[in-house]
Amino acid sequence: MLEVFIFATLNGLVTGFLLFMLASGLTLIFSMMGVLNFAHASFYMLGAYFAYSLSLYFGFWTGLIFAPLIVGALGAMIERYGLRRVHQSGHVAELVFTFGLAFLIEEATQFFWGRDTKNYQAPELLDFPLFTLLGQEFSAYRGFMMAISIGIFIGLYYVLTKSRVGIIIQAAISHPQTVANLGHNVPLIFMGVFGVGTALAGLAGVIAGPVLTTFPGMATVLGSIVFVIVVIGGLGSLAGAFIASLLIGLLQSYAIASDVGMPDLLNLLGVSFDRSHPLNDLWTMNLPQIAPVLPYLLLVLVLIFRPTGLLGNREE
Amino acid sequence: MFAAYCVTGSQTIINKRTALLMKKIQFFIKAPIPLPKLLAITGLFCAFILNSVSSAQEPVRIAFMDPLSGTFASVGNTGKTILEFAVDYYYNSKGGILGGRMIEIVPLDNKQSPNETQLQFRRAISEEIQIIFQGNSSAVANTLNQTISRHNRRNPGQEVLQINYSAVDPILTEDNCSFWHFRFDAHANMKLNILTDYIAADPDIKSMYIIGQDYSFGQVVSDTTIKLLNEKRPDIEIVGNEFHPIGQVKDFTPYVTKIVSSGADAVITGNFGADMVSLARSIIDSGLDIPIYTFYAAYDGITATLGESGKDKIRLIHNGVANPLPTEARKQFNRDFKLAHPNNDVTQPRIVNALQMVVQAMEETQSTDPYDIALALEDMRFTTIGGEEIWMRGDDHQIFQKLSISVHTDEGVEFDADNSGYGLVTEYQVPLEETIVESSCQMRRPRR
Repeated sequence: MLEVFIFATLNGLVTGFLLFMLASGLTLIFSMMGVLNFAHASFYMLGAYFAYSLSLYFGFWTGLIFAPLIVGALGAMIERYGLRRVHQSGHVAELVFTFGLAFLIEEATQFFWGRDTKNYQAPELLDFPLFTLLGQEFSAYRGFMMAISIGIFIGLYYVLTKSRVGIIIQAAISHPQTVANLGHNVPLIFMGVFGVGTALAGLAGVIAGPVLTTFPGMATVLGSIVFVIVVIGGLGSLAGAFIASLLIGLLQSYAIASDVGMPDLLNLLGVSFDRSHPLNDLWTMNLPQIAPVLPYLLLVLVLIFRPTGLLGNREE
Repeated sequence: MFAAYCVTGSQTIINKRTALLMKKIQFFIKAPIPLPKLLAITGLFCAFILNSVSSAQEPVRIAFMDPLSGTFASVGNTGKTILEFAVDYYYNSKGGILGGRMIEIVPLDNKQSPNETQLQFRRAISEEIQIIFQGNSSAVANTLNQTISRHNRRNPGQEVLQINYSAVDPILTEDNCSFWHFRFDAHANMKLNILTDYIAADPDIKSMYIIGQDYSFGQVVSDTTIKLLNEKRPDIEIVGNEFHPIGQVKDFTPYVTKIVSSGADAVITGNFGADMVSLARSIIDSGLDIPIYTFYAAYDGITATLGESGKDKIRLIHNGVANPLPTEARKQFNRDFKLAHPNNDVTQPRIVNALQMVVQAMEETQSTDPYDIALALEDMRFTTIGGEEIWMRGDDHQIFQKLSISVHTDEGVEFDADNSGYGLVTEYQVPLEETIVESSCQMRRPRR
């Protein structure tokens, strides 16, 4: 049982950190522009596909470096020539724009790369078990994923709180007019943030592609959960997104690893139902079965009891 | 349409439109044309048009309703490619069927959702399509089955036929069997019957882990495996019985952690598409070296993605045969298909079987009426391009043919999958007679 617990924790952390790479960009973009980027997970998918194509010719490491750059550049261009124009028509137009963009990217991906699963593999260099604990292996690649994500988190934290650029960005979030009056190019900052945000999503795709498989549905599978994280963490709060990412990663992982369910609860209460009971499905439900729904349950609870999210401070 | 216009409207044409025309003609021939003569000319013209309409006969339209976009799009699109290729290969390039009629495949994207299936079914009706090929997801097949039964009951004379080439929930040919539904794949219980025989014969397997998608087919796989293994090898312990939401799981590692800690000697799963490949990848990545018994772990990128790491670990139960292919005709079909579609494979030869049997039924009855086709399909014995005789049982409309268990490998693979060098090699085969199972079907037959 101990090894299940340890590995559930490790898996939860890997997923959590990965989700954070997506959520951090999304929440930054939201706090800057006040609009949820529905296409965010699509950039994650693009990252995986670009890296896959690059890895065919130049190997995994080239893909790791260049795919996020390409995605980031693409994101910046979309902000510059698409979103900035739409911005003048208000938030609803922006929302609809990113919504359409998500479909466009998904269809374009299928058009260029086809609909089947891509054989995107982890590099051979990392193809060994990092350690074996009680008969279970923890692959080096997962360790590598974790290292990259933690590195990104620390780097992002440092840039946003300690560097001059970070201070300007933070100022531009709350007081864009003042920052513009001080002579800073606010549209350029917006473009940069959008570019970096999408590049982070792209990087998440690059490192997740080999493990979570690269296929056209990968954006859809991850898309909704990232929104849940951003809302639970508090819209616009980077620290909140971090906590919510790890929380959801661990929550799902523990729920799957657990073996409890309604039958145990009923036993505890001393109640029993036979199989012909009309609510049999409910009485036999167990926790692993509903694990993927738990984040949404958490979302509802958070919205009821703390509508601003865990660390959000937006009151509108 | 034009023909109808000719017949009913020729009088109107003359009355309303010809005034101008007559002036023009008179301009050239400088003499008035008497009306009777003109009528005769128009009539001749119309006769010519009508004649050309009837010689370019209306195509026989067949709908292909499967996910063509979304998470499970790759499987649907491959199926569509195979069906379209087979139609051209066997019929349209050879002058069509029923004395010169072409077959036209109409793709309908149901996104593998029961709701969307209802909408697409309405569309098929409005386009007067009477044959629907559908295969992916038993949930969708069940919906379609019920929708079609209801539609056919209410619209006699405009019935629709469901050609199910892949949905394997047994209920479709058991409790919910319908006169209008034909299944061209072995159902889950038939496959599991053979698969559990195979597993039971392996003395090294002492414990089994079952994991599947949380919907009808996944549940059937789980229930039947437990039941059959209990009968055949009561000493095999079921150490896990897990369901996960279909198409929703990002990462299977947490599930695999449980499989590892359960100490299972083998895994059995009914997963398909991305859920299959993610699960297999996670199991292999965890360093677990146990056999994985599956229904759908091949093709559409899955074989390429599993590659070397899945060699000799992944096994599939399927109908028909894999490498080595039995006949030259079957091999040639594969080669020609590969020439036309280098990035696809003949993943589901049963689509070809279904098409050929439906066409044979049409030719026998010289009709495209679903009722006639259905009667002709019942108890049809048909020799496939693979040279084996298959049988469509009349009582429940279930196909019976050889069942095989094949292994994922790169040795002895003449026809690989995903151009990866890896493919399926058949290890174990059961003839038609041994695959026959009883059915609880009590079919309601329409009266005509």
